[in-house]
Amino acid sequence: MPKVTFIEKSGTSHTVNATSGSSLMQAALDNSVPGIDADCSGSCACGTCHVMVDAGWAQAVGNPGDMEEAMLSMRPDRSAHSRLACQIVVDEALDGLVVRLPEHQM
Amino acid sequence: MSQTPRVHSGPMQDPHSVPIDQLDVSDPRLFENDAWRPFFARLRREDPVHYLADSPFGPFWSVTRFDDIVHVDTHHQVYSSEPFIVIGELVDELKIDSFIFMDPPKHDVQRQAVQPVVAPTNLANLEPVIRERAARILDALPVGETFNWVDKVSIELTTQMLATLFDFPFDERRKLTYWSDLAVGTPEMAGATGFSQEERLAGLNDCAATFARLWQERLGRQGGFDLLSLLQSSEKTRDIIERPLEFLGNMMLLIVGGNDTTRNSLTGGVLALNQNPAEYDKLRANPGLIPSMVSEIIRWQTPLAHMRRRAKEDTELGGKQIRAGDKVVMWYVSGNRDDSVIDRADDFIIDRPKARHHLSFGFGIHRCMGNRLAEMQLRIVWEEIMKRFRFVEVVAEPVRIRSNFVKGYESLQVRLHPI
Repeated sequence: MPKVTFIEKSGTSHTVNATSGSSLMQAALDNSVPGIDADCSGSCACGTCHVMVDAGWAQAVGNPGDMEEAMLSMRPDRSAHSRLACQIVVDEALDGLVVRLPEHQM
Repeated sequence: MSQTPRVHSGPMQDPHSVPIDQLDVSDPRLFENDAWRPFFARLRREDPVHYLADSPFGPFWSVTRFDDIVHVDTHHQVYSSEPFIVIGELVDELKIDSFIFMDPPKHDVQRQAVQPVVAPTNLANLEPVIRERAARILDALPVGETFNWVDKVSIELTTQMLATLFDFPFDERRKLTYWSDLAVGTPEMAGATGFSQEERLAGLNDCAATFARLWQERLGRQGGFDLLSLLQSSEKTRDIIERPLEFLGNMMLLIVGGNDTTRNSLTGGVLALNQNPAEYDKLRANPGLIPSMVSEIIRWQTPLAHMRRRAKEDTELGGKQIRAGDKVVMWYVSGNRDDSVIDRADDFIIDRPKARHHLSFGFGIHRCMGNRLAEMQLRIVWEEIMKRFRFVEVVAEPVRIRSNFVKGYESLQVRLHPI
């Protein structure tokens, strides 16, 4: 089972088991990680599962798709390695993934 | 100067027997009479992407299922928000310009400039003000006698909130409500009654002049968190005053966006709890359910029944062929009752899981920018209500608004029972 780590703005860290083949958003929800709102339940339609991928993992995770980019561009706190967690599929290649959470989702 | 608009009149359709190709969900009386449910249920079942060849608003497609609505909302390259996002038309000479009826790239520039006014840090600043105002309004209410919740609470509270967001002269705040109601209240737009085109034009001119004056007054002041100050401090919008129709359009957008929607949710929550007493018991036993209840209220009420798009190209949806130029109406009110996506969708359940998974704020790049502000207002008001009143009792049938766009209430007569 791949392990992923979410780091809150405060510095509090949550390392959880993700289900291989499901989304990073789902890993957060399944493990009650605070700070991923997921209003649209993973449809790339709301922007409230915004995460900042740790620089060392950015290449492995890859770039946002077009619809994802449109949603990310609306976020005032968008950063170089921002992604929507619902669009990242976690598998063994992402075992050890680290992402940071924004202060708020909106 | 203005033509007499076609309006729905005569007997209302029977939703079960009317031939499906004539079934017309744009009749504003469906919402005034709370009669809309079986019409949309039939469409979801029999013709989820439905074409009506003729109506007072011309021909249009109705999209009635949750997933199809999300598809339209998120495919803005195909389904444009130009020229207007209500089923009817903006027919007056004052062609106001607002990012809600723009596509990228222009949409993005304007929204990005305005969005900081509702950024979470700004919301945190606003919370104490909202709470203090809610407390003051609730404490002044008559206890044990009947009054109109819409006027004394819903309108008053949202108006005060808007005045704060704009740093608007507090004693003139009811003008904000008036201008907002004008903006969406014509027959051509949404089948509403109450305002002529002439009155609308006069009111919007007054609104433009007032905001232009406030803009001048704000210049040179530093560090304000109100909308005008934020626009002035952002490079892309500090000259927006030189584009008066765009300036007016964005002012109107924020006034309208923050006005009848929140107002009608404040009223709708009271009605929903009264219609579902077991849920009211749940709330009394556990006020910790308020945040979840707020989302459920917003879903149940669906303060804006629809949003409209125009197909930019020929496209397919739900097995139907949509032509470039066709009007495509997303009926949020219908999608929010789609039980293939939402469990027991017609029920009001204050601790429903995934409570935010509803269509009332829309989805995609136009998703309501004020959504967390709306939720915060409702949460605070309900927290303060529960500290004071055991029961906000509805004592008469509500009077609903005649509109196929704004889904809300003229009056809700209530009586308060203190703790």
